[in-house]
Amino acid sequence: MKCKTKLLSAAAIVCATGAGAAEIEVTHWWTSGGEAAAVSEFAKAFRATGHTWVDGAIAGSCGTARPIIISRILGGDPMAATQLNHGRQAEELIEAGLMTDLTEIAEAEGWKDLVNPSALLDSCTFEGRIYCVPVNIHSAQWLWLSHDAFEKAGVDVPKDWHEFVAAAPALQKAGLVPLAMGQQGWQQNIAFGTLTIAIAGIDDWREVTVNKNAEVAAGESYKSVFEAAANARELARDSNVQDWNLATNMVITGKAGGQIMGDWAQGEFQIAGQVADQDYTCLPGLGINKILDTGGDAFYFPKVDDPEVQAGQLDLASLLISREVQVSFNLAKGSLPVRGDIDMSSANSCMQKGLEILAAGGVLPSGDMALSADTTTQVEDLMAEFWASDLSATEAQARYVDIIARAD
Amino acid sequence: MWTSSHGQIDRRIATPEPGLSGLHLICGEMDMNAAKRPNRWFRNLSAKVASIPMILTALVVFVGGTAWTVFYSFTGSRLLPKVKFVGFDQYERLWSTRRWMISIENLAVYGICSLILTMVLGFTLAALLDRKIRFENTFRTIFLYPFALSFVVTGLAWQWILNPDFGLQGVVRRWGWESFNFDPLNNPDLVIYGLLIAGMWQGTGLVMVIMLAGLRGIDEDIWKATRVDGIGLVKTYVQVIVPMMRPVFVTALVIISSGIIKLYDLVVAQTNGGPGISSEVPAKYVIDYMFKAQNLGQGFAASTMMLVSVIIILVPWAYLEFGGKKHG
Repeated sequence: MKCKTKLLSAAAIVCATGAGAAEIEVTHWWTSGGEAAAVSEFAKAFRATGHTWVDGAIAGSCGTARPIIISRILGGDPMAATQLNHGRQAEELIEAGLMTDLTEIAEAEGWKDLVNPSALLDSCTFEGRIYCVPVNIHSAQWLWLSHDAFEKAGVDVPKDWHEFVAAAPALQKAGLVPLAMGQQGWQQNIAFGTLTIAIAGIDDWREVTVNKNAEVAAGESYKSVFEAAANARELARDSNVQDWNLATNMVITGKAGGQIMGDWAQGEFQIAGQVADQDYTCLPGLGINKILDTGGDAFYFPKVDDPEVQAGQLDLASLLISREVQVSFNLAKGSLPVRGDIDMSSANSCMQKGLEILAAGGVLPSGDMALSADTTTQVEDLMAEFWASDLSATEAQARYVDIIARAD
Repeated sequence: MWTSSHGQIDRRIATPEPGLSGLHLICGEMDMNAAKRPNRWFRNLSAKVASIPMILTALVVFVGGTAWTVFYSFTGSRLLPKVKFVGFDQYERLWSTRRWMISIENLAVYGICSLILTMVLGFTLAALLDRKIRFENTFRTIFLYPFALSFVVTGLAWQWILNPDFGLQGVVRRWGWESFNFDPLNNPDLVIYGLLIAGMWQGTGLVMVIMLAGLRGIDEDIWKATRVDGIGLVKTYVQVIVPMMRPVFVTALVIISSGIIKLYDLVVAQTNGGPGISSEVPAKYVIDYMFKAQNLGQGFAASTMMLVSVIIILVPWAYLEFGGKKHG
């Protein structure tokens, strides 16, 4: 009888539940238009299983939300489920035994074979046990370009970063901002990281970010990265918005030529009704090094006492990674699915580009996985200062080397 | 015994002995009485029981929490507190961090300006209202209204008002003054003054009301006396009224300075530390390093430094304010 429910979209989960319905509070920081549309896909599917989804959206991106989430878990008021970026952010929470072990359900459902690339599940694994559900792959190395803006400026849409820089004076002459940039450290850090991969190359990036080699960070290749960043800073001089989606909006409305932002910007273009390659162009790896990092979002389930909620947590865990939900969520969010075995043919050309790179194995670990939150915060502070002031490239590099040398 | 002792006090209060000295007398004698009796712990039992929660809060939360924080600031704690001593490493790193230095500098500028300006403006407004003007109630309400708003709302409102495109600057430019330039929030050198404007807009009303209450407490006869002596209005305020209002000024001072030290939400809402890191403040550094950077040790070191700076300012003042009186 249970199997009849397979006809429903959320089949597997209904089968698993049967019993009581729980109220599951889910905290996340998906509050922009595209993100909210994506998270409502989760909520819809979860409500269909009979449970209650209590939405705990925290505005203000991860920098604001993560402290709130962590202090709630540490303070003994855990939510039932929470979004975090997998990587080293939850390391100590797991160590302290504050997170639910998902190994059993993961083994029963064979997550190990499903998740692609497998590095995603590895970063959810701590001492051989699995503690989180990866829900999507986000890569930060994208340049988004407005066709409208380049048309106004009378130049062709650039095919890589170098062409973009060359086209910038024309944009400025047309009264447009060449590069849209939200004035927040993490966004500036993404732009810097993307420039690094494009200009210094993957090997040097890996040497510095993964192996914390301060000598390479002090070297010539990074010097040209900082010079390129100083140049980009001039291009973004007139962009005084704060949030990333406001910066994306400048590109959507043709007020800015382009923006360096992760693939989550895609959701904003979608909501605005724009079509890839027609209204906007996306260049993974700035069109130079076609490689993407595999950061992303994952859901963690803090330990709770209520057995009903515990059951609801496991149901949610298996729902998040199920086929249908993966497709609907990732299409809305503009991110790549964590499963290799689903049909994403309805994805637009930008996502197809990403899927191709993923299939070709062009993946890097994300900064979140390689650097501790402490180091990341220091780099973000440096970037925030660098992009907003006239700090010279040489001095910024010296300080960057300092941070890398002390990184753990 | 209970009734008798209460009766005693009542009678004493009833006797017409004006001023503080009378109260001192009662208190002094009460202490002496208490010292003679063996069961002094049980006197005023209900009052003592009632204050137990506050005593516990003070001891456990304030003193205990502070000691715990200072202790862990000498450890290499990351997300969770761990006893792994690193000596003064956290402090060395703190004082070599540019963001911390900028935070301290910002707090100093904001603190000094806000303290002086709020006091002066608050007193001036109160003095003007005290001149028996028409619609005093209306003005008082208008000035006090911002205080009813939280710092977050204040910060957001002023972020919009100071937005160059659709805020004040945009409006004035649309009126025809094309070259009008007022964009403090996007100028690293001026951003702290943008915060100052918002902070003062929010806080001056309260100081004004406190000052007004103080002014209302001044005896009408004082005014009459100064008028008889022919002392000018400004001179009366500066030389007679202000010295008489000393306790009111102290109250206002404590309220303003505690607001300055914990300046956080206004910054988060209005600028979030930007542009760049030019409007960072110490409290934000503490929160960011404790939770965002997941480096408790660093955050604790920063909060300990905040405490130390408060103590450095507070102790000499408290000594002058309270220490002197005992002898005098």
